Amino acid sequence: MIAPGTDPPREEIRAQLNGVTKTYPSALGQSPVHALGPVDLAIGVKEFVAVVGPSGCGKTTLLEILGGLNTPSAGEVLFEGRPVAGRVPQGIGVVFQEDASLPWLSVRDNIAFGLRRVGLAAAEIRARVDYALDLMGLGAFAAAYPAQLSGGMRQRVCIARTLVLRPRLILLDEPFGALDQQTRLLMGDELLRLWRDTGAAILLITHAIDEAVMLADRVGIMSARPGRFIEVIETEWPAARDSRIAAEARFGELTARVWSKLRAESLKALGRAELASEQGPVQ
Amino acid sequence: MSAGAGSVQPRFLRLADALLLLAAVVAIWQLVYAVAGEVAITPPLATLGFAAHLLGSPVFWRHLSATAIAFGASLAIASAAGVAAGLALGFHRFSGAVAEPILTALYSLPKVTLYPLVLLIFGLGISAKIAFGVMHGVIPVILFTMSAIKAIDPVHLKTARALNLTPVQTACTILAPAVAPEIFTGLRIGFSLTLLGVLIGEMFASQRGLGFMIINGINTHDVHTMMAVILLLTVFALSAGALLLALDRRLHHRA
Amino acid sequence: MSAVARTRLAIVATFMALLELLTRTGAISELVIIPPSAMATHLWTLLATGQLNAAMAQTFANIAIAFALSVTVGFVSGAAIHALPRLRRLLDPLLASYYAIPFFVFYPLLIALLGLNRWPLVAIGFVFGAAAMVIATLNGLDRVPRVLRKVAKVHRMSRREEVLRIVLPAAVPYLFTGLKLSLAYAFIGILAGEFILSGGGLGFSIAFSYDAFDNPTMYALMLFVLALAVALNSSLDWWEQRLMRRRGRA
Repeated sequence: MIAPGTDPPREEIRAQLNGVTKTYPSALGQSPVHALGPVDLAIGVKEFVAVVGPSGCGKTTLLEILGGLNTPSAGEVLFEGRPVAGRVPQGIGVVFQEDASLPWLSVRDNIAFGLRRVGLAAAEIRARVDYALDLMGLGAFAAAYPAQLSGGMRQRVCIARTLVLRPRLILLDEPFGALDQQTRLLMGDELLRLWRDTGAAILLITHAIDEAVMLADRVGIMSARPGRFIEVIETEWPAARDSRIAAEARFGELTARVWSKLRAESLKALGRAELASEQGPVQ
Repeated sequence: MSAGAGSVQPRFLRLADALLLLAAVVAIWQLVYAVAGEVAITPPLATLGFAAHLLGSPVFWRHLSATAIAFGASLAIASAAGVAAGLALGFHRFSGAVAEPILTALYSLPKVTLYPLVLLIFGLGISAKIAFGVMHGVIPVILFTMSAIKAIDPVHLKTARALNLTPVQTACTILAPAVAPEIFTGLRIGFSLTLLGVLIGEMFASQRGLGFMIINGINTHDVHTMMAVILLLTVFALSAGALLLALDRRLHHRA
Repeated sequence: MSAVARTRLAIVATFMALLELLTRTGAISELVIIPPSAMATHLWTLLATGQLNAAMAQTFANIAIAFALSVTVGFVSGAAIHALPRLRRLLDPLLASYYAIPFFVFYPLLIALLGLNRWPLVAIGFVFGAAAMVIATLNGLDRVPRVLRKVAKVHRMSRREEVLRIVLPAAVPYLFTGLKLSLAYAFIGILAGEFILSGGGLGFSIAFSYDAFDNPTMYALMLFVLALAVALNSSLDWWEQRLMRRRGRA
């Protein structure tokens, strides 16, 4: 389903989905729900891929299957060439939409949470946590508790917590959904900085088209349920970018292109498919 | 209490579950009888027989009506006073804040230890019983009502103003439905506790009523009567409780 | 001290002062209530001369045992019920109407089963407190945010690790509520049991002094029980505040 030529070369693939579908079995007296697919997706070793689509199209399901939090009904899921079998592989980090900070731990302990279990030396843990605190701008809040922080900062804590484990693939499911637009844009910049610093591959699920176009190397556009990829657009941005890329004319063109594909699908998801063919204001 | 997990179950499965539970209880009962013997307990079938016998005896009905009258009166007083006080304390924030810890402290008191005081004030008789019942039931009603009022979302009041509603209209169409579910939960809990209070009062401060029948049964080693009355009371308490719970769920739109 | 706390103190103090006045002047007969000051002094005498020691020891032991049992059994049962949804559906109506059943009436049965000692009483305290713990445990486990369970999977935690490092810490606020309620109910259950069914302990002493027309002792004991209840609840509340302070509202 992906436009040929856009996949990265085989040796440089970090993770991929081949022909993945997800169908939920029927509850009593109802038909099975075909939620997703079939989808194919390949994410390159240092690639930033974004996926946009109407609500309910299965974006979260796709992310969860890729990360091993959910199992596909058909198709295969590979991470670094090895199958992902219903368990989250070592090397994948996930940031969720809801606040996943642990309210009973301080910021520092939250970030160190994953490290304590893997038997690293205390000095190494401290070094990594300090690095993450610094990178995410949380240095002044190391001793604070999540209840004392704003939503944006709590998300930063969650991202930092993922970071310190040095994942090679980071999955983000609408991480900035609960934040206001301006904070989102700045968090997007931070995400880019992180991406460049760590060299990880990133898959970002978002419903904000501008965010996807601004941040990603490739943007996958999903149809309404059952979600399939309609198109994948290459942004061809330079690696050293931030939100000010919005000034480029190409940004506007790409955003418009994504929306033109997405609009009909969104109307379908909203139950107003009949409006899709109406004349627009500008020809 | 539960996350509504039972709501998707078709009716016949729920009925099967209830019967299963009943069967388990009867089995345990029979087992306990086998261990403890005739002196302490009567087996399920025999108890049913005694209960049926009681239901035909006029003595029983006199005791029952004594309890019913006391219970009805306590319930009415506890509900009315509880809701009224709860509304007042809920709307007047300062008083509410002052009163709440006092109420919780009173609630966690073993009210039984205040019984002598009640008896000294009200004497022996139905007014003491009603006082016991009210003592037990009124505080949860107050606390739940207060909590319901405090939880009214300011957005509702703004909506009322935007729609130009009069205070009466606001109270009837917006406030009442908003607070009804939680107040009802308080009343439901008050129901059980008031019944408990009346029964306990009868158990040691009365010559009439079901509580008296029980304690009398204990004292005269009349295990049959004691068990039969306990059975009838438990059935009543559980059925009334289940009914109120169903209403509670519906009010909370938990299907 | 905040305005609210000051007002509360003032109200309680005024009530006490009023009661003192009315009883001293005879407006309320001493046969009904004795002055609060007399209650306090008599209580002090009883405590100082050690007359309450036996009763206190018995009651405290009963409450402690009943409390410990309700909390442990209640927690374990609650966790088990939570893991078995069918069992839970079955037990829901029972849990909801639980406190409507007058458990004291099973006392003779308990004596037949457990003997004529403290255990029937402890059983009654246990029966009261355990249900509260079960309900609180169910509630707490329900309210562990789903996203935190996903976090456990992302960190590749074993079931055991998930329970110890995520589920339990997340459920602590609700478990603490269960703890408070269990203690309150064990307290009420034991004292009520002692009062109604006799055998010893503070509850029985109150009933005994009532029957013996010994108002001073009776009221001294009632004051003691009241003070105890307030002290227990306040300390648990204080501990809860400390524990939860940094978490904000769960």
